[in-house]
Amino acid sequence: MHFHMNRKQRKKKAGSSPRTRRGKLVSAGYLLPSAIGVLLFFVLPFMIVIYYSVVDNPISGQFVFLDNFIMVFNNSAFKQAAVNTLTFSAVSVPLAVVLSLFLAMMLESKMPFKSQFRTFFLSPMMVPIASVVLIWQVLFHYNGMMNEIIGLFGADKVDWLNSSYAQVVIVVLFLWKNLGYNMILFMAALSSIPKDIIEVAVLESAKSYQIFWHIKLRYMSSTILFVTIMSLINSFKVFREIYLLKGEYPYPTMYMLQHFMNNTFGRLDYQKMSAAAIMMAVVMVIIIGILFLTENHFGKDVEG
Amino acid sequence: MKPGSDKNSGSQGAALELWHKQVLRKKKIKNARTLVRICLATMAAACFAVLFLMPIVLTITNSFMSASEISANYGQVFATTDSGGKMYISEKVNLKFIPDMVSFGQYITVLLKSPEYLLKFWNSVILVVPIVVFQLLVAAGAAFGFTRYRGRVKEMIFFIYIILMLMPYQVTLVPNYLVSQWLHVLDTNWAIWLPGIFSPFAVYLLTKYMRRIPVSMMEAAQIDGAGEWQIFRKICMPLCKGAMCSIAILIFIDYWNMVEQPLILLSDAEKHPLSVFLSKINAGEIGLAFAVATIYMVPPILVFLYGEDYLVEGITYQGGIKG
Repeated sequence: MHFHMNRKQRKKKAGSSPRTRRGKLVSAGYLLPSAIGVLLFFVLPFMIVIYYSVVDNPISGQFVFLDNFIMVFNNSAFKQAAVNTLTFSAVSVPLAVVLSLFLAMMLESKMPFKSQFRTFFLSPMMVPIASVVLIWQVLFHYNGMMNEIIGLFGADKVDWLNSSYAQVVIVVLFLWKNLGYNMILFMAALSSIPKDIIEVAVLESAKSYQIFWHIKLRYMSSTILFVTIMSLINSFKVFREIYLLKGEYPYPTMYMLQHFMNNTFGRLDYQKMSAAAIMMAVVMVIIIGILFLTENHFGKDVEG
Repeated sequence: MKPGSDKNSGSQGAALELWHKQVLRKKKIKNARTLVRICLATMAAACFAVLFLMPIVLTITNSFMSASEISANYGQVFATTDSGGKMYISEKVNLKFIPDMVSFGQYITVLLKSPEYLLKFWNSVILVVPIVVFQLLVAAGAAFGFTRYRGRVKEMIFFIYIILMLMPYQVTLVPNYLVSQWLHVLDTNWAIWLPGIFSPFAVYLLTKYMRRIPVSMMEAAQIDGAGEWQIFRKICMPLCKGAMCSIAILIFIDYWNMVEQPLILLSDAEKHPLSVFLSKINAGEIGLAFAVATIYMVPPILVFLYGEDYLVEGITYQGGIKG
């Protein structure tokens, strides 16, 4: 409401005096350095990438429409990388959202040492992955601590990093790194839910799960959307962990899209790279669009 | 007063007392339940805290082990990963929390005898600090531009910024690479600096924050004769100090942790930051690796200890929840 009023007021004034016109120009000047940089380093090259993705090669410029895409799509390494990345995101993103919400709810309840716990949960976010990768290697080694622990329960040894269990390891690493960040977002969202609504619900003797399901989740829908998007973006960064753990060619189930990109960079195959980048961008836009639509659908009855 | 009424009130009193007792009992049960719940929550949180902290603590404690202790404990972990992961020795890997003997030997070696680690650390500093400083500077201007005189064009440009911010590295790296090639800055620090400085991330965050400054404040200043520069310098910047700190921390963590960009944009391994170099440490120097890893953790941990509240604030702004 407030926002709209401001806008109307400003519209009334806009374009009238030469002073505002000058102000407009000056404020655009402040924007200019960044805008030029973004144009030069992101937007224009992205256009070129689109161009590269539909031509035969940059020199001849022969238009081949979707050939590059089809070629990339039929590439077995790309397929594997895409499937691995999507599987990983499909597993880790919901887990990251649910677990961090759980942590946030936990810290919402009355308990001692809240701020200390917050610090502890947030600390993995600060630590560079390269620093802790050694410990992960020790923990998940064939003769490492993880296997000793599961050995206590009578389970067989697992070669965590060189078998299909590798996916489990990277999900764990991903959660370790990202839960704190998501938790902070959920904590902020939980504390911004109007207290009176919850009080009314309590007076009407609503069960706590009802309050959670019908009130808290509704009010947090935009945060859930944001956390999901951020987790999704961060899930594409899990390459770092894998690269630092296992180098350029890890166990096949850990071969991610970024590996594919890096290895294609090595061969300087612009068409392939461009087509792959465009495909990823399109998939990203589609996924984010779907998330936005879902949020619109579920969160529309609560304001804010 | 009639005796009847008195009797009546007496029975009422008894009923009231009974009701009161019931309420009290219910409250007690409820109290006991909340107590149990708090205990459970605290225990669960403690478990999580141990899991979250363990890798960090282990790295630090292990850095104080002597070289021989390290290779006795983990020698085979790194030996097997080097030889392709086929040959396993049945011996256990000893993960120890506390070193048998605290030794600063590793640190002494890193700091005094092997300059390449310090060099890589310096590379990290050189790559990250200009990005933090200049991204903030550029973003401050841009955020001001986006805040003043909002119109349809600016909103559209801002939307492009948001889309770009949401794109994963895998998408933006190809454009970055092409630009670096055209500008002939591939394999130089500029290839990392330039896209970092103009990254839309800080602009997005700072704009979100600056737009919460009441327009009336700026308009009042304008009526008093302040120019755009004065509004920027005297109103927006002071009010955004906290937000700038938060954003600086977020940028710093992100770039201190970078792996993808140097791998692709800097083919010269000499220029790689420590975050990439650490993974290339060979089996003979694992002891050193723990010390280097700890040293590499120090700047972000210091930043964290100093600015945790700023960091939390920054994350919250990012989510757009506050205000």
